[in-house]
Amino acid sequence: MPVVLALVTGLVFGAGLTVSQMVDPAKVLAFLDIAGIARGTWDPSLAFVMGGALAVTAPAYYVAQRRGQAALGPLFIPPRRRLDKRLAVGAVMFGIGWGLVGFCPGPAVSALGFGATKAIVFFAAMLGGMAVYEAIAAPRGPGLTAADISA
Amino acid sequence: MSNFTPLSALAGGALIGLAAAIYILGLGRVAGVSGILGSLLRPRSGDAPAQFAFVAGLIAAPLLMGAAGAPLPAISVDASLPAVIVGGVLVGYGTRLGGGCTSGHGVCGIARFSTRSLAATALFMAAGAAVVFVARHVIGG
Repeated sequence: MPVVLALVTGLVFGAGLTVSQMVDPAKVLAFLDIAGIARGTWDPSLAFVMGGALAVTAPAYYVAQRRGQAALGPLFIPPRRRLDKRLAVGAVMFGIGWGLVGFCPGPAVSALGFGATKAIVFFAAMLGGMAVYEAIAAPRGPGLTAADISA
Repeated sequence: MSNFTPLSALAGGALIGLAAAIYILGLGRVAGVSGILGSLLRPRSGDAPAQFAFVAGLIAAPLLMGAAGAPLPAISVDASLPAVIVGGVLVGYGTRLGGGCTSGHGVCGIARFSTRSLAATALFMAAGAAVVFVARHVIGG
């Protein structure tokens, strides 16, 4: 059952990335190109994607946290922690890579089936970066899982 | 704003939000793509079958839409191959170090009013905008 639900979730997520055209790096870069605001070429679509997502996700998180558990098991919501250097350095590194190419992880996965060579190369490099993180920088010790350190 | 597509952006965003809602209400998990990919790289992850299914759905969605006759957007990667490789490594390492990406921090984190996620989103957006500005208007301008 969790596997079926996860598959449905991935399908809906991927449909959203496709409908909103966020799978296209050029569309994302047109949002990040803020010089376009003055030139009249700025594409604010990405902000509307986030707004549309938050309008649905925020009530769902409210309900989930009130209930204290999910339909198929316990809730794994990361503990609230203070801002730290890892978060800041990681976010800036991610932003630099995002600005260089226009792919973030979700679209990089959904773009795989389109057959663009550079999309496949990007995905492989991204997994490589994640593997390097696991090898040299991941927190070690009992009780800490990937779910604990994800947003 | 020649290419601004507010309606498809809102509709697609709502679908992404729906997916994040199904994941938290059904499975109790944060629908963060970088976190899911990262934990698949860890040995002995108990959630691996569900996480593989999520990734398979992400890949299959546009293919199924295309097969059903829906118009698919073009994928335009204008960056050079070396930039694609460097960018991919930075996105992979950075999202794991920072604990999330556009979905985990930008959607799920902000949806529960996490200040960490709000700060991370502001930082990666600012860094991305700065890189695009330099690439297009300082070096490329």
